[in-house]
Amino acid sequence: MLAPRVAIALPEVKPFEFRNPVRARHVIVLLFVLAFPWFATPFLTFQIGGQALVLGLIALSLTFLGGYGGMVSLAQMTVAGIAGYSFAILGPPASADAAGISLGAPWWVAVIGAIAIAVLSAVFIGWLSVRTEGIYTIMITLAVGVAFYYLCLQNYSIFNGFQGFQRIQAPTVFGIHWKQPLPFYYLALFWALAGYLFVKYLLRAPFGIALQGIRDNPRRMNALGFNVTAHRIAAYAVAGTIAAVGGVLFAWYNGLITPGSVGTSWMINILIIAVLGGMSHPVGPFLGAIVFVLLQTFAIDVVDRERFNLVIGGVFLAIVLFSPDGLLGWWARIKSRFLLVNRGGVR
Amino acid sequence: MKQGKRTFVRSMVGVAVATAFAGASLAQSGQPVKIGLLATLEGPFAAGGADGMRGAELAIKQKNGMAGGRKIELIKASSDAKPDVAVNATRKLVEQDKVDIMVGPLSGGEGIAVKEYSKTQPNITFINGSSGAQATTLVNPSPNFFRFNTEGAQWMVGLGKAALDKGYKRVMLISEDYAFPYSQVQGFMSEYCRLGGKVPVKAWVPLGGKDYASVIARIPKDVDALLVILGGADAVNFLNQYEAAGGDKPIVGGSITVSQDILNYKGKRRDSLVGTIAGAPIADAYDHPDFKAFVADYQKNYPVSAGGYPSPSLFALVYYINMKAALDGLDAVKGDLSGGQAKYREALAKMTLKTPVGDVKLDANRQAIGTTFITEVVKDAKGNLFNRVLRKVDGVDQLLGMKKEDFKMGSRDEPNCP
Repeated sequence: MLAPRVAIALPEVKPFEFRNPVRARHVIVLLFVLAFPWFATPFLTFQIGGQALVLGLIALSLTFLGGYGGMVSLAQMTVAGIAGYSFAILGPPASADAAGISLGAPWWVAVIGAIAIAVLSAVFIGWLSVRTEGIYTIMITLAVGVAFYYLCLQNYSIFNGFQGFQRIQAPTVFGIHWKQPLPFYYLALFWALAGYLFVKYLLRAPFGIALQGIRDNPRRMNALGFNVTAHRIAAYAVAGTIAAVGGVLFAWYNGLITPGSVGTSWMINILIIAVLGGMSHPVGPFLGAIVFVLLQTFAIDVVDRERFNLVIGGVFLAIVLFSPDGLLGWWARIKSRFLLVNRGGVR
Repeated sequence: MKQGKRTFVRSMVGVAVATAFAGASLAQSGQPVKIGLLATLEGPFAAGGADGMRGAELAIKQKNGMAGGRKIELIKASSDAKPDVAVNATRKLVEQDKVDIMVGPLSGGEGIAVKEYSKTQPNITFINGSSGAQATTLVNPSPNFFRFNTEGAQWMVGLGKAALDKGYKRVMLISEDYAFPYSQVQGFMSEYCRLGGKVPVKAWVPLGGKDYASVIARIPKDVDALLVILGGADAVNFLNQYEAAGGDKPIVGGSITVSQDILNYKGKRRDSLVGTIAGAPIADAYDHPDFKAFVADYQKNYPVSAGGYPSPSLFALVYYINMKAALDGLDAVKGDLSGGQAKYREALAKMTLKTPVGDVKLDANRQAIGTTFITEVVKDAKGNLFNRVLRKVDGVDQLLGMKKEDFKMGSRDEPNCP
């Protein structure tokens, strides 16, 4: 739990970035992600590209909360899972065994409803946990997440127990089935970019500045007349919205949602992705997600089948050990060494 | 793992270059047939998954790595018994590693999810690993998903009669609360209820539960036996706590309740397990020469010193059967997988598969019709407990001998006979 704390303590990005935001590297990255499906196989597009973007989006909500709000919440996957479950429950029948549960609303009603329910849950989780600090926030959000996991596991009338919902369909709109690799990739890319730009914008808006002030010194902000609790709960709502969008996409990606999708291993995976990428910039979770997905998929090819989790663990350890701010920290170091530019934003 | 490294380098470094070539089909005869193998090497069934892989490898070894005149290239993947992980691993094998035939997964929820995925890959043939959920082949079956093993409900056929023969007229059910035990309970109860047995109390407990005190307190005085459908550590915990509470009812077990690892548990009253009856697709003490040969071959290739079990587990046998089906099918079409594997699938659907536990045929949903063993725990001369074959039921089909319109899938409330 050391890493996020270090990241939190880092100084902030300078405001001048906002006035001149588009640089060559932004264009290159944007062109690359737009063109990616055209030279990659459908497998790489869907399972690596699509999955990394969706997981990055969910982890972005944690980066926003943790990196800028100073609140490390383990329940972001829970919020995403609530959105996924809500979609399955509200939407078209998701599985033969659960036909009696799904309410059969049109997909867009289900999506709006799912996001609304997830945001309300996020506000509730925030309301429960904002008065705690540091490790206690982690504990209380972990408790909420585990409680939700067991609720899904043991409730049959709403969540369909152990089996969950096995046949969640992404909708077909404008004649396009959005589960297909290419459409899904661009859908995920659109929402990932939207989430990224939204967070970038918000951090420069008065709300974001106040939030970062609260992160650095809540008592002083309180003395200045800011309602610390309200700001924090609002931050949970914003993060919850991002996680909810990611959660619906993740349910479409998997085509199913089961208690395993909201269990502790996934809650921690989201934290790993955020920490791996670095919490000092909204691009961090996406970098982390790419590395995470690549390792999950290909580590088994590198070493013996019984030992491949060692590789995953080893790489995570190496990244966090040599760079407290994840991959972003490496990037900053490389830049300061080779380009002789030190903007001081990240060490 | 030289091959693994090469695949990795190709995937990671040369993505841009390799993808141009990766699309080219490699399905011409003469070239190796790529078979993907998925089992759980992580999570709650990690030990079973490893043994399942041993079983599948044994089937390939017995054919010296060749089938239908083509070399077999095996590519493995792992999941952790979660459906989403299983689908990701399968998708990688099919779309990235370009396997021709897919064997797996291990557990029930995974099986349903992989079956759903198989519908999006009509040119690849999917053969089950050891997953045993009824719905996989009963509800929305996939035309290219085959299951050469019988499933949870089929494994219990004959046990209801055996229980009544023992004089158990009323039993209480204690079972884990998910799809596989539902099937098992159905397999038992549909027969037991029909023949006049009663199940007045059903206790559903969560998978991985530790405390069974509340369940034990609910056991009514007037039941003759307990039907215990718990696996692994859950079974051991229950038996210990039931013993500590002074319980003395005889037990009727599920297919993974009285397996060898549980018979070796060190309770004071473990002798009370003697006489426990259970149903399963495998019986350690089955004395047919084919089965004995299979066990001997397993023991030779995977001695205990190399991590094998003293006797192959259910997972090893079932993975062996499914992999053998994949290879026998290749033999039948002489390695010809052209035309979207249509001929191969036809051969699989028609095949009568020879397995160590008897012949297996498929029904219209590509689900196995096979043999079930009713076993009874007995004590040998050295004081060890083992499962004796009480009865062998051949030709068990997925509808358990019922008519299609009478058949309802097992659930918490179905069947019911209080």
